[in-house]
Amino acid sequence: MTDHIILVSQDEAGRAAEWRARRSTKTYRGRASFTLMLSALTCLVVAASAQHIGSYAVSQGVSPVAASLPGMIAALVAALVLVMAASAFLKSLAAGRQEDVHTARLLGDEASTRSWKALAWTGALLIVTAGAWFMVVNDAAVSRTFFDLVLIRDSAGKVLRAFGTNILIFSVSAVLILVWALVIALARTLPGAAGRPLRVLAIAYGDLFRGLPAIITIYLIGFGLPLTNLPFLSDLSSTSYAIIALTLTYGAYTSEIYRAGIEGVHHSQVAAARSLGLSHVKTMRYVVVPLAVRNIIPPLMNNCISLQKDTALVAIIGAIDAFNQAKIIAANNFNLSAVTTVAILFIAVTIPQARIVDKLSERDRRRMRAGG
Amino acid sequence: MALVEIDHVTKRYDHLEVISDFSLDIEEHEVICLIGPSGCGKSTLLRCVNRLEEISSGEIRIHGDRITGPGVDLDRLRRDIGIVFQGYNLFPHMTVLENTILAPTKVLGMSRREAEEKAMAFLERIALTHKANDYPDRLSGGQQQRVAIVRALMMEPMLLLLDEITSALDPELVSEVLDIVRDLAAGGMTMILATHEMGFAREVADRICFLQAGKVYEQGPPADILGNPQGERTQAFLRSLRKAGRL
Repeated sequence: MTDHIILVSQDEAGRAAEWRARRSTKTYRGRASFTLMLSALTCLVVAASAQHIGSYAVSQGVSPVAASLPGMIAALVAALVLVMAASAFLKSLAAGRQEDVHTARLLGDEASTRSWKALAWTGALLIVTAGAWFMVVNDAAVSRTFFDLVLIRDSAGKVLRAFGTNILIFSVSAVLILVWALVIALARTLPGAAGRPLRVLAIAYGDLFRGLPAIITIYLIGFGLPLTNLPFLSDLSSTSYAIIALTLTYGAYTSEIYRAGIEGVHHSQVAAARSLGLSHVKTMRYVVVPLAVRNIIPPLMNNCISLQKDTALVAIIGAIDAFNQAKIIAANNFNLSAVTTVAILFIAVTIPQARIVDKLSERDRRRMRAGG
Repeated sequence: MALVEIDHVTKRYDHLEVISDFSLDIEEHEVICLIGPSGCGKSTLLRCVNRLEEISSGEIRIHGDRITGPGVDLDRLRRDIGIVFQGYNLFPHMTVLENTILAPTKVLGMSRREAEEKAMAFLERIALTHKANDYPDRLSGGQQQRVAIVRALMMEPMLLLLDEITSALDPELVSEVLDIVRDLAAGGMTMILATHEMGFAREVADRICFLQAGKVYEQGPPADILGNPQGERTQAFLRSLRKAGRL
């Protein structure tokens, strides 16, 4: 007997009986009742807030429909959540009464799921309500400072025109960065002792410009180069200095992304290419870089979004971009709503890209799980 | 003179000696099977012959010309020595056709049209013309490995190294790959195979080498090595294969 790895007990009947005796049903009564109470409370809070904030908005001259619609929607949602919580509670009660264990488990499971859903909605409603209060307290100080609709409307044209500068800086530097960073990454991955001097230089460049805050690079280049009296370099426009500075800064970051991609290509691919007689350069050109680029599209796009936002930093060297224009308007009106316009512009431009990055990353994860 | 002369070759990783004082001559048109337990140095030896790995000491000659040591044009050397890997290693971003014509067009300077015609002729031989424009991930393991063989054959190598090319395949796909190797052997291709397929080795090999701890422990015609092994280690190795139902 001792030569078996494990000797299974002969007492099968006892083990089975023990298993069956443990059968029980969870009804999630506690969670369901807590959710019911909390959602009832939330319903009251939301309704009261909607009433108060709505009437305040009407007193400030907002049309009654526009003032009451958000509140009504919020109250309606709160009521639906209350219904959901109630039904979860009822399911939980039914699960306790049910004789058949399988039906009872089904009911218990539904009670649990619905309770969690209702709780999540309750949380969201409370946060939104708190946000609404933040906007109207202190005689709507927050709304007036950041969201003066009249000022936003009047300044939109000017700000939008200045935003063209941001787009110009972004598009030119994005192209330059993609090329420049690849050059740096290839220099960093040069093989052998002969490649060392360029490798070291590429590493030094990367360390320097990743360490320097972008705003300082922009400042140094934007104000420094004009003082050097160098031909050509000293009399460029501030937009050009911004492009140079952003390319230098983001080139360092992006080269690291490229390098991660290049080093992430499996060495068996390199072995296959070299074994066919392809040189290092041709292996890079036809196999490694194409594969690397495919793998780094999501982080590259993230960098791209980041670059778009950082075009606002060029305001420091006096380029009239959207942010600088908005600051001028804000100073003249003693109100930040024009800057809000800039914020809205940046968000409107970057959100679709962020969604694309999410989609690409998700697709990559799926492909990886599929073993591709 | 032998096509390949492996002369007292040693390969060390730090302190681990993977191949020690290894000598073996391979004649033209000869098919040699390297067998032995995993870690005995079969794959490393193959990769030393086309210099994907550097040897630590000794010498390898091809047609009497030393190919180890500094100053050897590796890209030129590898044009003439094909290798097929256990994991296929097809380029995933290229179609089957692109995989096969990459080296001929970029290394030999063959025109794209000429290379494609040649590739299609090969693909026809292995019954994969209908997959020419598919990417590797659309192919079964057996199909991928057959394409990998074609990719190596496109360079018209004078020596083909096959590194456990059926080890990653599902059992029912092994024969479609071995059929091609059988065909190549009949056509006179010089080949060194690292393999665990004893039945196939018996059929196709002119000589079987049993490797043990980086050395040739015993070698001879397949019937002798597999049927009547002399060495104790060889006997033990074959006994364990038989117990696992693999021989």
